[in-house]
Amino acid sequence: MVIRPLAEVVDPEGETIHAGLRDLGYAGVSRVRAGKLIELDIEAAGEDEAAALAKDMSDRLLANPVIEQFEVTVREARQAPA
Amino acid sequence: MKACVIVFPGSNCDMDTFHALKTVAGFDTDLRWHRDTDLAGYDLIVIPGGFSYGDHLRAGAIARFAPALREVAAAAARGVRVLGICNGFQILLEAGLLPGAMLRNNTLQFRHEWVNLRVDSTSTPFTRECDPVRVLRMPIAHGEGSYFADAETISRLKHEGRVVFTYTDDNGRAVREANPNGSLSNIAAITNERGNVLGMMPHPERCSEPVLGGEDGAMIWRSLAA
Repeated sequence: MVIRPLAEVVDPEGETIHAGLRDLGYAGVSRVRAGKLIELDIEAAGEDEAAALAKDMSDRLLANPVIEQFEVTVREARQAPA
Repeated sequence: MKACVIVFPGSNCDMDTFHALKTVAGFDTDLRWHRDTDLAGYDLIVIPGGFSYGDHLRAGAIARFAPALREVAAAAARGVRVLGICNGFQILLEAGLLPGAMLRNNTLQFRHEWVNLRVDSTSTPFTRECDPVRVLRMPIAHGEGSYFADAETISRLKHEGRVVFTYTDDNGRAVREANPNGSLSNIAAITNERGNVLGMMPHPERCSEPVLGGEDGAMIWRSLAA
């Protein structure tokens, strides 16, 4: 899942990265927001269940809804070995 | 006054807080481990500063699921006084015992310095001995202390007198230069609706005796004992 600061929340890390990019000469960058990427290996009956579990984990622990939003992406679903 | 300090892996202000409560304040004080599931019989529960669980994910995010926190929530609901200092404040926010959240300091620096604090409420059990016109001096030491809540919550906290300490200049004015971390409205400490749970970023245990360079922190212990 990708966790990013809510639009109305200041992001000093993003602002500092932005300042660094400007110093490097990347004048065309108008905004930088920094978040987190969390990868999980989940055993589940299918992609929907894996996504539901990941959403539940994000709601309860991985993201703080007061300051953050998250998106869950399921990829590389594979059959459990027999 | 029977008090306890909850110790998490990564707490580092637990012994200072224990000393302040036991020796300076004279409270009957225990240290309790974060796995403890029985915190009955205490009048005051303190969650100390530090870096519980390494501050991973978000400061306080993992500690809120410690078994002791369930007991803290139950005790708070019974009206037991709960004080969260620094990381303790972050844990109380993550646990939902106080509203809002902490962001990384807007300076991106770990700020460790003495700050001025205006006492905005003397009607809490933690501040009733404070003189509202005297600006207090206490040390801070944190990297994630920028208090954030939505506009409605900030307005409600102010309206209900739940902002307890505000970062100010020497004259008690909440100017931008006196804000060490970017906290909205220079907020340094808040209480819950009932007033029995206080979260504060400054460290009263680090300024409770003259040898530490200040005694303003002892106002909190004196208020609790009153």
